[in-house]
Formats: sequence, C-alpha cells, structure tokens
Amino acid sequence: MTILSVEGLTVALPQGADRPLAVDQASLELRQGEILCIVGESGSGKSALSGAIMGAPAPGLKVVAGSVRLGDQELTGLSEREWCRIRGRRIAMIFQEPMAALNPAIPVAAQIMEVFELHARMSHAERHERALALIRAMQLPDPERIAASYPHQLSGGQCQRVIIAMALAMSPEVLIADEPTTALDVTTQAQVLKLIRELRTAHGHAILFITHDFGVVAEIADRIAVMRHGRIVEMGAARRVLTQPEHPYTRELLAAVPSLVPPASPEPVAAADSPSHPVLTVTGLQKKYGRVRAVNEISFDLERGTTLSIVGESGCGKSSLARLIVRLAEPTAGRVEVNGKCFLSLRGRELRASCRAVQMIFQDPFGSLNPLRRVGAVIARAAVLAGADRRTARDRATELIDRVGLPREALDRRPAAFSGGQKQRIGIARALAMNPDVLIADESLSALDASSQAQILELLRKLQKELGLAILLITHDLRVAAQISQRIAVMQGGRIVEIGSAEQVINSPGHPYTRELLESAPGRGLV
Amino acid sequence: MKALTRPTAATGALLVGGWLLVALLSRVLAPYDPLHSMIPLMTPGARGPDGAVFWLGTDALGRDVLSRLIYGARTVIVVATAATLTAYAVGMGTGLLAGYFRGRVDTVLSFFANVILSFPVLVLYIVIIVALGASAANVVLAVTFGSAPAIFRIVRAITIDLRSRDFIAAAIIQGESTWRILLVEILPNSSGALVVDFCLRLGYSAITMGVLGFLGLGLPPPTPDWGGMVNEGRTMAFAFPHLVLFPCVALSSLVLGLSLLADGLREPAGRLRRVG
Repeated sequence: MTILSVEGLTVALPQGADRPLAVDQASLELRQGEILCIVGESGSGKSALSGAIMGAPAPGLKVVAGSVRLGDQELTGLSEREWCRIRGRRIAMIFQEPMAALNPAIPVAAQIMEVFELHARMSHAERHERALALIRAMQLPDPERIAASYPHQLSGGQCQRVIIAMALAMSPEVLIADEPTTALDVTTQAQVLKLIRELRTAHGHAILFITHDFGVVAEIADRIAVMRHGRIVEMGAARRVLTQPEHPYTRELLAAVPSLVPPASPEPVAAADSPSHPVLTVTGLQKKYGRVRAVNEISFDLERGTTLSIVGESGCGKSSLARLIVRLAEPTAGRVEVNGKCFLSLRGRELRASCRAVQMIFQDPFGSLNPLRRVGAVIARAAVLAGADRRTARDRATELIDRVGLPREALDRRPAAFSGGQKQRIGIARALAMNPDVLIADESLSALDASSQAQILELLRKLQKELGLAILLITHDLRVAAQISQRIAVMQGGRIVEIGSAEQVINSPGHPYTRELLESAPGRGLV
Repeated sequence: MKALTRPTAATGALLVGGWLLVALLSRVLAPYDPLHSMIPLMTPGARGPDGAVFWLGTDALGRDVLSRLIYGARTVIVVATAATLTAYAVGMGTGLLAGYFRGRVDTVLSFFANVILSFPVLVLYIVIIVALGASAANVVLAVTFGSAPAIFRIVRAITIDLRSRDFIAAAIIQGESTWRILLVEILPNSSGALVVDFCLRLGYSAITMGVLGFLGLGLPPPTPDWGGMVNEGRTMAFAFPHLVLFPCVALSSLVLGLSLLADGLREPAGRLRRVG
C-alpha cells in the first residue's frame, strides 16, 4: 500500500547558486513496510528533497511545483499550524548528528515524554511508562539508567537510538532518516542499521532512508532511488539496482565503493634503491592524559614506498598517535625514529630543519587551509620552508598543482573556491612541497564522497609510486585501508591489537575485534 | 567597501568622514585663531564691532566657539586614534601570545587583565592622570590601560579558536616560525571582528577624552578640547547654553558615526569569520 507519494516535486535554489533547481521533478512512492534509500553524493539534492517532503525546506530553498501526498492528504501548501499536527505524529525524522538533535540539559526520557505531551493526552506516569517501553524497544542496555541519563552521558549510537525512539513515539506512518548512521562508528552503524531493519519488519513503518554510502544502501534498502544534480536518475528494487545498474552514474557510484578485497596484492613500489630499511620506526610510544592511556605502547615500522593503515573506531587513539609522530603533542614515553635518527629529541631550530621528512594531510578539508591565503602562496611557502628560494618555490607550486591534478588557475584562488576533494588535493600538494619521506593521512578521505574518495586514493597511489613515499593512513574504514595498504594495524583502546599484511588481516583476522570490524563493514554483499 | 552601500554604514562613514575632513582642514575652516581672545560671551550669530560674525558665539574668555570646536576635532581625532592604536598594539600582542601559548603565559597575562578589568575605569583614569599629570601622552596611556585588557580578551579568544584549526597544525608541522604563524595565519583571520571592535573602541576613546576633559583631567588648557570646553562652560550653562551644547553635539555625532560604521561593518565581518 502506498503511504507517501511524491509527484514532480521541484525545489528552487536561491539565485546565484550553481544550478537553478535543488530538486528537479522528483517523483517517488513509499509503500508500507519498505525502506526506500535515496542515494547521492553531496550536492545531489537528497537532503533538499527530504526537507521539502517534511514541509521544512532549508533556508533559501523554495518548493515551486509538484505534490506530496500522505495517504490521501495533500501536504504541499499546508500552513505551519497544520504541519504541526503531521510532523512527529504522522511523519517523523531522524537526523545525522544525534548529539545535536538532543537537548543537552534534559534527561533523554523527558525528551521522549515531550513528544507525548505535544501530541497526546496522557498522565505523567503513562508518558513515563511509554518512554521506557520505547527505550527498551531500542534494545538499549539498562533502560532505567539510560532514561535518566543526559545526552552527554550516552555514546553516539545510544543517542541515535534515543532519537529513533522519539521519532517512533507516535507510531508515525513515515519515517525519514537523513544520513542517520554517518556520524557513527562502523560497529555501532551496523547495530543501528539492524535495528532500523527490524523496526520495519516488526511494525511495518515506511522508511525513507537518505545516504551517500552505497555500502549502507546494500545493507538496508528494499528499493533504491539514485539522485544526481537534483534528478532521480534511476529507481528500482535494491537487488536489481545493485547488480544490474542501468544508469552510467549508478555504475560509477557502485564502482567507487571501496571493497574489502585488497586489489591483487599491491606491490611495494620502492625495492629499487636501498634494501628496505624503515623510514619511520615507532617504538613503545605512549601518551597519558591523566590516568587514561590514549596511546599505549605502540610500535611499528614503515618502509619506503609502502603504506601502513591504522584502523580503529573513534576514541581508539589513532589520531593522537598521528599527532605524537608529527610532534603536535609530546609523548609520555617511547621513541620515534625518522630515517634512523631520533625525531623526538629535536628542539627548536633542529626540529624545524628536520620536520620536512614527515608531513601530514588532514581530515577536515575546510579547516586545513587558511581561508584568506591564496593556494599558490600556501604551496610556495611550504617549498620555501623546505629550502627553495622564492623563484623556484613558485615553479614548484605550479609543478605540484599539476601533479595533484588541479588546473593552474587554482594557484591564484582562495580555498573557498574549491570542493572538498579539491581542497584535499591542495593539502596533498602543500605536504608534498616539503619533499616528505613519510606522508601521514589522518582520516583524510572520510569527509569526502565515495567518488572523490576513490580519486584521492588513486592519486595517493600514483604519488607513492612516483616519489617512493611511505604513507601512514589513519582511517576508521577498513574498506579504504584494504584498497591501498600493504599492511594494516587495528587499534582499540590505545593499543594495536593486530598488525599484519593487508591480505592476512582481512582474510584471516586473528583478533576478535578485527573480526567484528570486518563483519560491521557495510556493503559486504557488494563486489 | 561593499558594506558602505548599506544605510547604517553609509551614515556612519559620512559622519566620521565629515569630522575627519574638518580635522584635516581646520586651518582653512576655522574663522579665527582658537586661542585668540576677542569679546567674551557673545551669543551665537552675534556680530562683532568690525562686522565679523560669531556663528556659535564666544566663550567666557572671548574665544570663538566654532573655531575651538573645529580645532577640537583635530585634538580628539588625533589623541583618541593614538590611544586606541596603542591599546590595540598592547592588547593584540598579549592576546595573541596568551591564546597561542596558553599555559603559564596565559595565566599571568589573564590575571593582570582581570585585575585591571575589575577596577572602575574612571578611578583608574583619575589615578593615572593625577599621578602623572595632564598631557596628551598621559591620556593615551590612561586609555591604553583601560582598553587593552578588553582587547586582550577578544584577541585571546579568537586565537584560541583559530589555534585548534588544522591549517595551524599544518604550519607547525612544516616548521613555520611561531611569530609568522601568529602574524600571517592567525592575525588576518581575526581581523573581521577586530575592525568592528576598533571602530567602537575609537568612539569609547573619544568619550573617555570628553569625560577626562570635563573632569579637568584632559589636555591642559588652553588646548581646544571638547570635554574641556564643556567643563569651562558648565557654570554658565543656564545663561549661555551654547557653551555646552555645541561641544556635546560634536562629540555625540562623532561617536554615533563610529558606532554606525561599526554596526555596518559587523554583518560582512561576521560572515568572513564563519568562512574561516
């Protein structure tokens, strides 16, 4: 039975945007008990579509044509007052950032009870009972304790379950979930996806699930709609779209999903020069914050022309480890050697002279470039710091911008003119300007769409081959690690629980946590 | 520059620009020597024996009020700007250091800033001027003392925020020197908020000068000084309101202009900071 039908929905962008329409004539039907996934990359208009369906388009956006029907009621053109009777009661929404969607000053049960206060007449005791029942239904451990907790006392996954409970409080006919698992760790993501699937089966909710990740789609979708530039380019049953995609863009997106199968054993590219001695050796590295050991007895070494991936979930200490190696923080104990020389004892001028060897690219493409400085100046400055004079620095910047695949005009622009993937390329060019031996990439791919992710991975692979770089890739995503690494180290609670060749870690994991990570990786069905 | 197309900013710029022009051209614009005594206590518009017109009247010593007002503009703009710039140099320097290095540097600097901020400003001014004597340099010193801690706090907060950005980490990893990080990476990114604050603070400095002048702690007479003019005319204000009224209007319009300008600049400056 069709519950929600959208016909020819068109949403206009404000004037001066890069295209006139955020959503162009989108039509879809959502049936009872099904999960319809809307997949698209950032800027594809998928969030604009969901906002328009909820009658709350983002500021600046305007619904200009089309209809949205819930059951037999037309939703477009409803007044704000009429919407209040529908939102939360008949259509509910789950957001990407669970922490931001909860009020930090109110215990979570009270926040769920608020929904009942708004939409139903119940006694306080009844509301509390219902809230507890919902928390229980979300398979949260120790429901009484969770109910009395404030959001900051819960993990991200627990918060997201509370949000789902709130959304389900009034048993809405339609649930819209906008990237609900994107901010979560893989293992948590797997659990939340499972929960959403079970809810669909048990209660017959109709769920509109918006995501950029085809891996997640493969886990959860009954039907799939692929969006690009505001249009739905392909729609069909999940199995059909995943196995026999018709539209070239769908094929492109599917191809960009990193698979867990390492590409036919990536060869270490160095070999030619010295019989490999490590460029980076880390021994017994440790960092304590108070009594917490954020980084605990980490040891590994990294050879020229090879990639080691450090994989772990948020809070495992992988980023702290990177910061220790580049001297952004001082370790409590341990040694770091670069090219056989002790790196940690260097101070002031000596450090400045040798820091060239280890460079880093960052996670957030927006924060990693000074918004006021032109790209060319940034890269040239790095070259100057590496010892070039002004003239050659300028040439070097041009050479590097070619190398990372950006047009030369980029040199005269400021960071705001670039997309996330392009900013990451600029970050790479800046790091390369220092002629590093070791490149540390700290979650540098996680903020990117799958297709730009694939392109940056390809670029890193190419640069490694040309320059013999040693790459330390820090990531939460085993799939990404599998694509580029010769070796993989899995971190948990500040320790490396398993380290080995990529093939060995992925095909025959030794540690239970590695196995859990592997099982949680979304889209294992996709090959 | 685009900000000036908005009415608030444009009005502000007009007022401030007008006063700047008056200050620059005071020699040309003033009908008389501001220190020259003629006929005492003429009312506005009155004519002298030789047919000269005193548009705003004369004061108790027979000096032309309009000329004193025009030369006073020069005084207030030069001294208030010097005072604000000095306050900025001190506040910005210390704020950058405290926000960047945190730790002990921050503790010590913040402690001093808080001690000064917890003092009633006026008492502070009076103590400084009384102890050191009334002169332009000491007014600058007093204003610096009073404003630098607030500037310190703003710059420190912005620096702490910017310090955590990855582009600062990138600069550190590349071995960039600390002072270059402060001046090239951090300072320009904080300029949006600081430009707005600078305009407002220039107005405060002008008011402070007025207050000090009124209390007899400003520039020593006979320097034409708006606050001083109000002070001198205060006892005769009921009989001769022009002695007090015109300097007050002058000060108000300058400060209003600066505030409007700051308001007009705030909006685009805010947007700039968010991009960072």
